Amino acid sequence: MAKTDTKANALDRRGLTDEQLRAIFRNMLLQRQLDNRGFQLNRQGKVPFALGSEGHEALQAGAAMAFERGKDILAPYYRDLGLALGIGLTPYEIMLSIFARAADHNGGRQFPNHYSSKHAGLMSFSSILAAHIPHAVGAAYAMKYRGENGRAVLVTCGDGTTSEGEWHESMNFASIHKLPLVMLVENNEWAISTPLDKQMGQPEIWKRAAGYGMPGKRFNGYDPVETYAVVKEALDRARSGGGPSLVEGTCYRFLAHSTDDNDMTYRTKELVAEARKNDPVPAFEHRLIEAGVMTAADVDALRKDVLRETNEATDKAEAMPYPQASDLYTHLYEGAWQPWQ
Amino acid sequence: MAVSTGSKILNNVEAVRETLYEAMKNDERTVILGEDVGARGNVFLITKDFINEFGEQRVIDTPIAEASIVGIAIGMAMEGLRPIAEIQFADFIYPAFNQIVGEAAKTRYRSNGEYTCPLVIRTPYGGGVRGALSHSVSIEALFYHVPGLKIVAPAFPADIKGLLNAAIDDPDPVLFLEHKKTYRLIKGEVPEGHYTIPIGKADVKKTGNQLTVVSYGLYVHWALDAAQQLEAEGLSVEVIDLRSIRPMDRTTILQSVEKTRKLLIIHEDNKFGGIGAEISAMVAEEALFSLDAPIRRLCAPDVPAMGYAEPLEHEYMSSPAKMAQAMREMVTF
Repeated sequence: MAKTDTKANALDRRGLTDEQLRAIFRNMLLQRQLDNRGFQLNRQGKVPFALGSEGHEALQAGAAMAFERGKDILAPYYRDLGLALGIGLTPYEIMLSIFARAADHNGGRQFPNHYSSKHAGLMSFSSILAAHIPHAVGAAYAMKYRGENGRAVLVTCGDGTTSEGEWHESMNFASIHKLPLVMLVENNEWAISTPLDKQMGQPEIWKRAAGYGMPGKRFNGYDPVETYAVVKEALDRARSGGGPSLVEGTCYRFLAHSTDDNDMTYRTKELVAEARKNDPVPAFEHRLIEAGVMTAADVDALRKDVLRETNEATDKAEAMPYPQASDLYTHLYEGAWQPWQ
Repeated sequence: MAVSTGSKILNNVEAVRETLYEAMKNDERTVILGEDVGARGNVFLITKDFINEFGEQRVIDTPIAEASIVGIAIGMAMEGLRPIAEIQFADFIYPAFNQIVGEAAKTRYRSNGEYTCPLVIRTPYGGGVRGALSHSVSIEALFYHVPGLKIVAPAFPADIKGLLNAAIDDPDPVLFLEHKKTYRLIKGEVPEGHYTIPIGKADVKKTGNQLTVVSYGLYVHWALDAAQQLEAEGLSVEVIDLRSIRPMDRTTILQSVEKTRKLLIIHEDNKFGGIGAEISAMVAEEALFSLDAPIRRLCAPDVPAMGYAEPLEHEYMSSPAKMAQAMREMVTF
């Protein structure tokens, strides 16, 4: 963890400017506010489902800061709100997804948090875990094949997804072809109700990198600055022809899996409360104030601004129309379609 | 359609090979990936020497991992390449089931058209080659239930070229099925130059007026043999080659059934839940009162696959003689 004994040591900023540090923190606050909003809307009966990434804020905001907009591609999974925000999706776009409105990138077809934006370089994905990882590998192959130096694919997943066969297949193929790919595992210790020790016999996922002949690293996913540095190093290596990496950020899933899950059926309040002592949001706030990057008043103003933006995004998205029933039939194939011709 | 000056005689393997070769020549976005497609040139030698001409970046020998062969091809397609993935034998496609059904078929739909998946998955299928339980299956019924996919299964060299070109040009995922027993057995005239045959159009391979036979793959050839036998007996059978399984050609089937008033569906795949079930249902819905006899399906028995031992394979497979007998019974019903 970062030393906080003196102001000088409070923040090893790893090349990040004050502006970038504040942007990371803003992303973290926005994640928490939007997560909260999704759960509130669900409890109000306004949306059937919501999914949160509380505990992942620092990891995702830090990793997103290493992403180069307009160049890199992100292949995320369904708990990547902060990455989506960090590469350019707006709270309004997030709320359109939560409300399943017609103007959503997916036209209200997919679950919330299943973002897609060709413009932002965010690849469409399904709920089927690890299925997106070979897609990321294929995208990285396309970049390399076309000789597009300076670009890379950032692909993410949770700890549970590393059990899937396609996870292995993808790492193996990326290694063979030295593809511009960074596999970022967000290890929050839980796969719905299944803890890490039931998911794998050897719990340090980054160590598998050696088996694929690629660099691997584990980092503290509660530290957005360290996350940024590790992910940036890996992305820079990928962009410059150095091949793929496997990086693993540790964190914790503070919320239940989703609004449809009751985590008290498989873990205790005490366990979650203990984990929350390491909550990355107040910790980073403290560090920024300690380092003089922000004042307490700045933080207060930022919180208000994030709440305002969330409220505006909520109201604006809620006011938008649902897709029409006839939209069920569009975009199946190019052009009109009948199974019988 | 055809912009050709001449034609030449090719077998089915050569037709696939020539079409793939032209696609590689004509479009640098085209890449071929699969098990043993490179140095070996595919187990049937379809891509022999491609690697020397196009390089290993475009002719990719993959690890033995079917799910990611298709999955990686999907990612390539989403990001601007035009991949042609090969599953070495259709029997090995099961590990890739989710990538085909859950991912490729839904890419355009789930992203509301933002992302597309212009992907061809080629695979040899079918029996009669002593392929046993795991080198002889038919897989089309497992996939034809799935909106978002197109499935073609041509049986003649000229159809293979036209439909493979159409599949390669198609902006959506196409499962391209090649009956492996026809690979070197079936030869025919193939027009030169680039041409396409629309996916979803059947072809009447023999005209007749007493019975409509609908089939595809190897069995079209056997059905034609059987129909010739009946012709000698003075019985007139029309044989339709579906060529495309999804979408399917309702117009051609109904026009024929309205004429002959009898329908026999013949396929190598299992009867229960097979392609014939959908055709039967469609004809029952659309043309029941035109029929002079119950619809009949001549299909594989309800067992997992054909056994390796010769009598087991023989029992599983139909034959021109069995087909001729079924046709006789239908015509004289």
